[in-house]
Amino acid sequence: MDILIAAILTIITAATPLLFAALGELVTEKSGVLNLGVEGMMIMGAIIGFVTVHHTGSASVAIIASMIAGAFIASIFGILVLKFHARQVPTGLALTIFGLGLSALIGQSMIGVAYTGIPKLAIPGLASIPVIGNILFNQDGLVYLSILMVIVVYWFMNKSRAGLILRAVGDSHDAAHAMGYSVVKIRFMAILFGGAMAGVGGAYLSLAYSPLWVEGMTAGRGWIALALVVFASWKVGRVLLGAYLFGGITILQLHAQALGIGIPSQVMSMLPYLATILVLVFISRDKTKIKLNSPASLGKPFHESR
Amino acid sequence: MIKKIISSVAIATCLTAAGIASAETKVGFVYVGPIGDHGWSYQHNQSRLALEKALDVKTSYVESVPEGADAQRVIRQLAADGNEVIFTTSFGYMNPTLKVAKRFPKVKFEHATGYKRSKNLSTYSARFYEGRAVLGAIAGKMTKTNTIGYIASFPIPEVIRGINAMTLAARKVNPDVKVKVVWVNTWFDPGKEGDAAKALIDQGADVITQHTDSPAPLQVAEKRGVYGFGQASNMKSFAPKAQLTAIVNNWDKYYIDRVKAAQDGSWASIDTWAGIKDGMVTLAPYGDAVPQDVRDYADSVKASIVDGSFHPFQGPIKNQKGEVVTKEGETIGDGELAKMGWYVEGVDGKIPK
Repeated sequence: MDILIAAILTIITAATPLLFAALGELVTEKSGVLNLGVEGMMIMGAIIGFVTVHHTGSASVAIIASMIAGAFIASIFGILVLKFHARQVPTGLALTIFGLGLSALIGQSMIGVAYTGIPKLAIPGLASIPVIGNILFNQDGLVYLSILMVIVVYWFMNKSRAGLILRAVGDSHDAAHAMGYSVVKIRFMAILFGGAMAGVGGAYLSLAYSPLWVEGMTAGRGWIALALVVFASWKVGRVLLGAYLFGGITILQLHAQALGIGIPSQVMSMLPYLATILVLVFISRDKTKIKLNSPASLGKPFHESR
Repeated sequence: MIKKIISSVAIATCLTAAGIASAETKVGFVYVGPIGDHGWSYQHNQSRLALEKALDVKTSYVESVPEGADAQRVIRQLAADGNEVIFTTSFGYMNPTLKVAKRFPKVKFEHATGYKRSKNLSTYSARFYEGRAVLGAIAGKMTKTNTIGYIASFPIPEVIRGINAMTLAARKVNPDVKVKVVWVNTWFDPGKEGDAAKALIDQGADVITQHTDSPAPLQVAEKRGVYGFGQASNMKSFAPKAQLTAIVNNWDKYYIDRVKAAQDGSWASIDTWAGIKDGMVTLAPYGDAVPQDVRDYADSVKASIVDGSFHPFQGPIKNQKGEVVTKEGETIGDGELAKMGWYVEGVDGKIPK
């Protein structure tokens, strides 16, 4: 039982950075923009968050700074893609490479610097409930924030008028433009949101998950977040499921190895990818529904003149 | 990537500067990771800086070079730029280095951790397992749960040798010790390395060690109140209480000796496998948690390795089935160590095939 609780606690920390980044990318993609720079935005959030906490000592300031950092480099992508009509795929890839290089440069003085990690926020009363209290109500602030963001993004996409407009822009930018909506402005906001969320996801890595700075510490999590969005067929609830499934199997396979279960470790390492894809593909196997959910204008350039 | 471009620009500038050249020797380095990894590549770079200080040389380096075809291009570029000695510092550079060495017979090449040599290509590596034996001795004395957690990267002889050396040394002082191994299939992923550490600690390990490159596992140990060891460099700043000691790679002497040999003309193609005795493998100062009697014992293990009276792989050694594979008085030879692919008694689990 203790091992189970311990495993669940670790699963939550493994899933949270993916959840942040994937939620942000979901909103960006729903507006019709494919930003492949998630990895670059995440690592910028990681380094800026770490540098800020090192100099100010305040985790909240660091988290806000990481959001701004993510949004800032996303804005470069936004300007290139929306104003100068650069191709989205290569621009996004360039953003990843840029982010990895710039973060390494900024982080040069942070090598070997230690940080104790952001504090846990126990919710009074609820945290003392046996078993679930420790799991659900004794987490750090970013874990609560990630769940809150799931609800906010779900509400925004499905229940709000602004979300409806954002989806309209993603489905047919020409129609939305004809109706008088500013496609460029809406998409730019969505890109900024995606950047800020990837930034917090990165900050979760450098402030809570493994509180330190080393170059390239995102280690491909941005790409996993991107894949989660597609395999979750752009649905908020499924992104949540996918992130926790991926985190969960990653942790359980480590436990299985430590217990000495005789499955080759290469297969174990493959398992999170395999299982997440299989489950998400299985629950979203209805082709018409995928078509309904996927933003029809995804990745297509928009020219106002047309 | 951007830094790669900057460094290649730097190399190009070196080339033009070489026209006015002086007597200084040009030396090139190729690193597999970023110099900021605080581990493997970081230590190689530290020794490059030591070389610059010690001798009249001009060095340049290219970092984060993927193993494979890209490496060959980088190495060839360094050779074409007039570097007289080139150090390629990862196993996967073996064939690319060999190919470039053939095309540039006057340039002297040095490849780390490989086994292919030619007239102008030497190989060098360190006997890290000697350091692991000292860690094992400390771990065996420090563990209360008799469980040591080991975070491993890839099932190659180098890593398996480390697991075995540590297990043998730990069980010598504490026959009840079990070593649990978790393979993470990566050299570098702080998050996953930390998760592996958590899983091992949750399952009873109270001393953990790692054969991956980031300080994350040690940081987890600090937080959970268990012990650990630094890897490749001193990681005490990440775990002031938890780090018992660290294996620190030190290439200073080797780099200085080899470049000196190139300068005075005595350079020849050799194979070097040096350990604690030659100062290539060193250990960080003990942490405060290590009591005096454990320090004394660890020092004696170190001393006996240096004077040759003890070898980490001297018999009797049993395999996992409990069969004696190396008899008392015998020692596993270098050839066998270089291709080690089995666990000794006391390691939990199987080697992934």
